[in-house]
Amino acid sequence: MDGTQAELQAQGALDGVRVIDFGHVLAGPFCTMQLAALGAEVIKVETRARPDEQRAHRGDGVADDLEGNSNFFEVNLSKKSCSINLSMEEGRELAKRLVATADIVLENMRPGVMAKLGLDYSALREVKPDIIMLSLSGFGGTGPLKRYAAYNPCFTSVGGVSHLTGYAEKKPNTMTNSGGDARAGTAAVFAALMALTVRRQTGRGQYIDSSSCEVINSMIGDQMMDYAMNRRSPKRHGNSDADLAPHNVYRCKGEDEWISIAVATDGEWQGLAAAMGNPDWAADPALSTASGRKAAEARLDALIGEWCAGLGYVEAMHLLQSHGVAAMPSFKAEDLFRDPHVRETGAVAEVDHPVLGRRTTIAPVLRMSRTPARIYGTAPRLAADNSYVFGELLKLPEEEIRRLEDAKVIW
Amino acid sequence: MTDALDLKVVELAEFVAGPYCGKLLSDFGAEVIKVERPGIGDRARHLGPFAGDRPDPEASGTFLYLNTNKKSVALDIETEEGRTLFRQLVADADVLIEDRAPGELAAMGLGYDDLAAINPGLVMVSITPFGQTGPYAGYRAEHLNLYHASGQGYLLPMWAINLDVPPCQGPGYLGLYDGGMAGATAALAALFWRGSGGTGQHIDISVQHAMMHLERSQLRRYVDDGKSPNRTGKGRLLESLVECKGGEYAVVILSSQRQWEGLWRAMGKPAWGMEPPFDTQKGRSENYHELRKRLAEWAITVTQDELFHAVQAEGSAAAPILTAEGVFRSEQFRGRGHFTEISHPVAGTLEYVAQPTKLSDFDPGPKRPAPLLGADTEAVLGQDPAGRPELSHTGAI
Repeated sequence: MDGTQAELQAQGALDGVRVIDFGHVLAGPFCTMQLAALGAEVIKVETRARPDEQRAHRGDGVADDLEGNSNFFEVNLSKKSCSINLSMEEGRELAKRLVATADIVLENMRPGVMAKLGLDYSALREVKPDIIMLSLSGFGGTGPLKRYAAYNPCFTSVGGVSHLTGYAEKKPNTMTNSGGDARAGTAAVFAALMALTVRRQTGRGQYIDSSSCEVINSMIGDQMMDYAMNRRSPKRHGNSDADLAPHNVYRCKGEDEWISIAVATDGEWQGLAAAMGNPDWAADPALSTASGRKAAEARLDALIGEWCAGLGYVEAMHLLQSHGVAAMPSFKAEDLFRDPHVRETGAVAEVDHPVLGRRTTIAPVLRMSRTPARIYGTAPRLAADNSYVFGELLKLPEEEIRRLEDAKVIW
Repeated sequence: MTDALDLKVVELAEFVAGPYCGKLLSDFGAEVIKVERPGIGDRARHLGPFAGDRPDPEASGTFLYLNTNKKSVALDIETEEGRTLFRQLVADADVLIEDRAPGELAAMGLGYDDLAAINPGLVMVSITPFGQTGPYAGYRAEHLNLYHASGQGYLLPMWAINLDVPPCQGPGYLGLYDGGMAGATAALAALFWRGSGGTGQHIDISVQHAMMHLERSQLRRYVDDGKSPNRTGKGRLLESLVECKGGEYAVVILSSQRQWEGLWRAMGKPAWGMEPPFDTQKGRSENYHELRKRLAEWAITVTQDELFHAVQAEGSAAAPILTAEGVFRSEQFRGRGHFTEISHPVAGTLEYVAQPTKLSDFDPGPKRPAPLLGADTEAVLGQDPAGRPELSHTGAI
């Protein structure tokens, strides 16, 4: 590899882009972490006066240690941290000076809080006319519910996905406890990049007021079409499909091991039969068509279930896939982190953290041949980069930094 | 004045993931040219939902939603003539989105290296279940399989009563949207770098990896304590699903003392709520079963809407579980422009879910419906190699 190629390979797609991150808890930090993975410089603005809940919150209580939370680690990799107390006038001025050096600002406080602090879009535009600002909230910054509190189960509920998750005969499901936040944060990465693209084309900055409920609902937008067309609300249907069978999970030999099998074509059905050793029952001509299999779904599920019960879920996957059948384990975390495909493709990585030690974590997703997204560093300690931010970037004299620290503005 | 995104995108992709990636660009005004198989088209055309349940490959709800603002070119890349036209199409494109099995395009002389040779600035986005490399690169997967392969399915349905409840896939095609979102994001990042003096590049999106990444906050619990989290969610007092008067559901948040106090006030301050063991987070957690029973007794006396507004008025979080009907009725969604009316020559005028990402100072112009199969073949290619065969109603599946 020559020098030029090596240099190109070392680049990040967003090299030179600076992000000021007023995010906290999950959705906001999840967004800026992904911008950091693309090479942007992300500076997290936080304060000891009111630490990011995620630094302090642990399971069923609040911990004193602000540096040992693994969930904070998971959503703040590759960032810098500086401490500014935004409840003080001088702190807000510092924050604005920082924004004046940046391309993107992100916040996910309750709607109205940034305006109260004098740090809303109109104020920040004055210090940086082409700034891109993203505000993330549960319901959005306008409308009758803008002040309503929302956590992940609220977005999934209002966003229409809870109603569609789970088994037909059972209650709706609020899903897991962070998928809605994570999707809101990930959609915000897209939004930030769209705004950067538009800025390059038009020279203009943008404000983006993103509602987590709307983001999640737009990701089941196809399911909403039945109502738009037929005034009919679709229902949850577990692992089944409206037309395909078999299309389910089956219990395997290991403890709580289940394999998912989906047969979409007649060829895949023949593959499944062959993988099972072509039992007599599978030769039934009634099963040779999609509609015939769908009609016999319950019987098929029972017979396939009997066969799967003799195999481990990874063993079943390999055997079925070797016959061209779409079959994957319902992976437990322990098997996913150890899985040879996941390992070989670099979907997991090891990262050192001063308090948590060496941890396995899921690597950034965007595998770009010239500018791969990557982990640039561990999650920062609170205020880890104060001297860089206040000294190098804002060029404050040392005595001024000390005064601001004593006054608990830098705090 | 409108300012459509100055981008040319070719989409050789079908169903959900690749088309969603394309939609995320076409909805902002990029010219997205969808390449479809003559006579059959995108698999989603045959999926529905259909108005009145009458199948019509020009009016599938899934296809209509995922292909707004695009053009359609009917082109068979299985023929040499088709491949020549495809190369011409890609020669001046900024982005190619494709979802063929790894190696399939390269075998046809249309791999990244082939295309980069004629267009070095090309950003090629490949979206596949497991990515371009690794032992499972050639493995097959439907949405069901990906949901489970990502580790997300094992965690659903969350709050399962025990492990005899089988793990479950997520709603709709959510995981495939996750793959499309990753693809569109990577495409924009690559274009940004190209515009900063870089070149084109190849992007390899694994839907499985994208979905794992979205579940990192849960999956890391295994790294914490060596135990795989599962769908029973034991030992964590976070929320409760309740059934309201009339059979609708709502969720109430129980994650802190402050949340509890607001909920308790909304319930009319029942005495037990401030007495042991229900007066502390620990006590409520240890008596979760009884707590849920008492919450259920109250919730069934109020409507979903009454519960929602009463709890929120006390400063705590709660939410209604909305059906599609509830979503379309919501004043919040409506007031914020969450729906957009689009007229389609076959499906008529319908309300679609709009693009949730709205830029304050950028107008991508009027909304156009999903294209009829091959509608733009002649305009885009200057000829119609397939001669517009009759669109098959029998389906691609």
